[in-house]
Amino acid sequence: MNLYAYGVAGWLLLVGAFGVVRSANLVHAVVSLSVAQSGTYVLLLCVGYQRAAGAPVFGSTLRPSTRVTDPVVQAMTLTDIVVSATVTALLLATAVQVHKQQGTVDPNRLSALKG
Amino acid sequence: MTSGTAAHLMPLAIAVPVLVACLMVAAGSRLPHHVLDLLGVATSLTVCALAAVVLTRSADGRVVTWNGDWRPKRGVSVGIPLVADSLSAGTALLIAGLMSCALLYSWRYYSPVRGYYHALMLLFLAGMEGFVLSGDLFDMFVFFELMGIAAYALTGLKIEDPTAVQGGLNFGIVNSLGAYFSLAGIGVLYARHGQLGLAPLGQRLTEHRADALTVVALVVIVTCFLVKAAVVPFHFWLPDAHAVAPAPVCVLFSGVMVELGLYGAFRVFWTVFGSAVPHDDIRGAFLPAGVLTAVVGALMCFAQSHLKRMLAYSTIAHVGLFTTGLATLTPEGTAGVALYAAAHAGVKSALFLLVGVILARHGHVDELKLHGCGRDARFVSWLYFAAGAALAGLPPFGTALGKSVTEEALTRAGHPWGPAVFVAVSALTGGAVLRAGFRIYLGAGPAPDAGGPVAIAAQTTGIEEHRETEQLSRTPRTMYAAVLLLLAGGLAVGVLPGAGRAFDHAAEGFTDPRGYAAAVLFGTAPAVGSPHHESTWTAQGVVLGCVSTAAAVLLAAAAVRAPRAPDARRARLRPFLRSLAAVRALHSGHVGDYAAWLLFGMTALAALVGVLPVDG
Amino acid sequence: MSSRGRLALFLLGAAGVAVLFATAFLGMPAFGSEDHPYRDLAVPAAVRHATANVVSSVNFDQRGIDTFGEETIVLGSVIGVAALLRPAQRESEQRPPPDRHRLESTTLLGYVLLPVTLVVGLDVVAHGHVSPGGGFQGGVILATGFHLLYLAGSYQALARLRPVEIFDRGEALGAGLFGVLGAAGLAATGAFLANVIPTGSFGQLFSGGTVPVLNVLVGLEVSCGAVVLLTHFFTEAITLSVGGRRERGGGT
Repeated sequence: MNLYAYGVAGWLLLVGAFGVVRSANLVHAVVSLSVAQSGTYVLLLCVGYQRAAGAPVFGSTLRPSTRVTDPVVQAMTLTDIVVSATVTALLLATAVQVHKQQGTVDPNRLSALKG
Repeated sequence: MTSGTAAHLMPLAIAVPVLVACLMVAAGSRLPHHVLDLLGVATSLTVCALAAVVLTRSADGRVVTWNGDWRPKRGVSVGIPLVADSLSAGTALLIAGLMSCALLYSWRYYSPVRGYYHALMLLFLAGMEGFVLSGDLFDMFVFFELMGIAAYALTGLKIEDPTAVQGGLNFGIVNSLGAYFSLAGIGVLYARHGQLGLAPLGQRLTEHRADALTVVALVVIVTCFLVKAAVVPFHFWLPDAHAVAPAPVCVLFSGVMVELGLYGAFRVFWTVFGSAVPHDDIRGAFLPAGVLTAVVGALMCFAQSHLKRMLAYSTIAHVGLFTTGLATLTPEGTAGVALYAAAHAGVKSALFLLVGVILARHGHVDELKLHGCGRDARFVSWLYFAAGAALAGLPPFGTALGKSVTEEALTRAGHPWGPAVFVAVSALTGGAVLRAGFRIYLGAGPAPDAGGPVAIAAQTTGIEEHRETEQLSRTPRTMYAAVLLLLAGGLAVGVLPGAGRAFDHAAEGFTDPRGYAAAVLFGTAPAVGSPHHESTWTAQGVVLGCVSTAAAVLLAAAAVRAPRAPDARRARLRPFLRSLAAVRALHSGHVGDYAAWLLFGMTALAALVGVLPVDG
Repeated sequence: MSSRGRLALFLLGAAGVAVLFATAFLGMPAFGSEDHPYRDLAVPAAVRHATANVVSSVNFDQRGIDTFGEETIVLGSVIGVAALLRPAQRESEQRPPPDRHRLESTTLLGYVLLPVTLVVGLDVVAHGHVSPGGGFQGGVILATGFHLLYLAGSYQALARLRPVEIFDRGEALGAGLFGVLGAAGLAATGAFLANVIPTGSFGQLFSGGTVPVLNVLVGLEVSCGAVVLLTHFFTEAITLSVGGRRERGGGT
């Protein structure tokens, strides 16, 4: 169990990279990139996890003296998610343009840039 | 003015461009073109002034400010510091200076499309300033992404040009993938040490013996910086992006963004890992990587006929030289590279803008097809040849000084082959640029329609490149002004008295992690140690600079005359040409290839550094 | 490179990277352990500034400049998408095609959920400093709410309710005021993004100082930004045509 969660994170990173490498469609490549990034979410959240600790939001049921999971990695993950969403949007817009210009989004058939 | 006031100015260098960009977006299409231009130039000049003040203060010790007023107590803090030593403040000034020149060049001639171009340029500026000033690993990642997102959009800005968007996409995917791996590396380091600041991480690492985790974290974290720096084999995106981005954007890409990658890698190495990871391991990885990058870049540069791609590969070659110099891990090598990079920024940017002028006049940038097109352009041709010779290392340009100091640092560090590599790479890249100049401005060699060489269709030529401005009957003065300013900057680094000493001082501070941590965490400002070496012109440096320039001229002349060379001589070159073609074929424009190389590169880098710790 | 060569290169690289990560993971503290030094600093710091949601405190107070950078990324991506998807010279905008038939139940559900979603979004933004949520989360919910109109009613209805100019301005206002508030901290205490508003008492609506204000600004920026982003994609897919010929089919 110890390594399982970390393993998931590593797997997501690599499988996302695999998607980019094997992609026959730029939209698929961009989404694969998001898969790779979700590996970083899993990793960060795992790093901050503590057994039997509460969420780092205090209130009437959870007093500030109680142990909570690491809020810093959660904040980092939130930032990371926003970055991912915006990068994805921008790259998808680029893919749309590629399709408009070259009539295909298959990287195997794009041949404008060589050598 | 106290250093406290200077510290307050650092966040403004990030916030001011963002605020002006917001204003541009809010105003939508209502701002007339010249107001956008004026706002853009005025903002970058403001940032220049801010950076200049910070730079003068940083001479007496590092300038530190804690955002949110979370100053450290007993050496720990939850906040994020901005830190300026002479090198980061100088880089901040260089960024703003280049941005000012780029926006001056595009004055009135870049179709504004609702201020998108200007707003993106300013966000790009903010991202680079934030990256260079940040003293926190995750914050560097955030500003790295900001820099990236503006850069991807700027690359693909010429949507009428089919290659532009593809170049932007390759750039975006490869850079983002590298960044996500690096973020995982940051997570790994955080898991062990529970810190994100560079200084606190460095302190924690001095207390721990470097083990496999530390080395893996180092390798993975620097990956994204090396992608940005276009170190082989992470470099494939760069020629694609440079070939298609508008010329003023290329100025920032080649002049400073790529160098920021190296800055990030070595900043993180020195402040975080410097005391934990054996320096010889780093040298063993980065010296070969640097030399490989320099050689691949130089050969590919010489093989190009697309002028912007040629300059892009020359940037790769120079990044290789910079990497080699920084990898000596000595203050001398660092000072030499800083000098070299500063002067290179001016010279390379001037060349990109001159190519932009050619594009504006002739509508394409193919060296062979432009044969003799510039015969009437006397003034421009002088500028072009001056910049080409400076790229090859002609004294007294700053490139020659930086090259000479770095060469000597390599020799002194026990790498006598250093000067040979530097001379060869300078000659090849300078030679390629001069060759193009001979063909375009002097009409040397046979014309393409008279049996001269023709571009090979299987590779990207500059013929399809799209104009980025309205067609110009005569080149506007603002464009020349920008080129002249940049060339003058490249010259100033070499001839201003005291420039060498200032860079020595900056390098001394950059390579001193203890002083960095003390200034950041305890607010003490130990005076930066006085450099025990002075970077200045030496007879050997001048001679080697002249040799590389002469070699560049000869190579250029030989290449122009090559089609007339006897068959026997060409046959001897054939095996070499065949292997060059194989290397060229690797630059396939296929984003999948680039991603595969990225993973391979990480593995290779880890193998070179040696993941398993060596005792002792 | 051939497809096979690419795969081989990738597998080589990926195997190496897998080994690297495995090595690193084995050296990390055990999953779920108690060792979180940064947490031990961040929680008291949040309590000191009376911010019950520690994640919000980290995002907007302790590491506020990260979030400032991130807001700027959102702004950059919206401008970038607008620039990339701007109508090219040979394209012209067309009237969107008439809407196709929708199930009554979809329409009903959309109209019922629309106000609910907007209220939930506003609530998530407003209480981001005392309960789970915040500007991003609420902003995304708000933007989603607007697009329920598209699912429920029609593209025209959405287009009428969505003057892009206003949303552009809202987005720029959110991002810009974030910077202005940061500069206000600089002017007041000498530190960018310093928490200059009285922090109030723990757990109350008025607590956390600048945190709720920044939450609202981020909520404004993210919701407007997301609407503008989607607008550009919608326009691209639905109303743009090349040379008068409709490029793609109508919207669903």
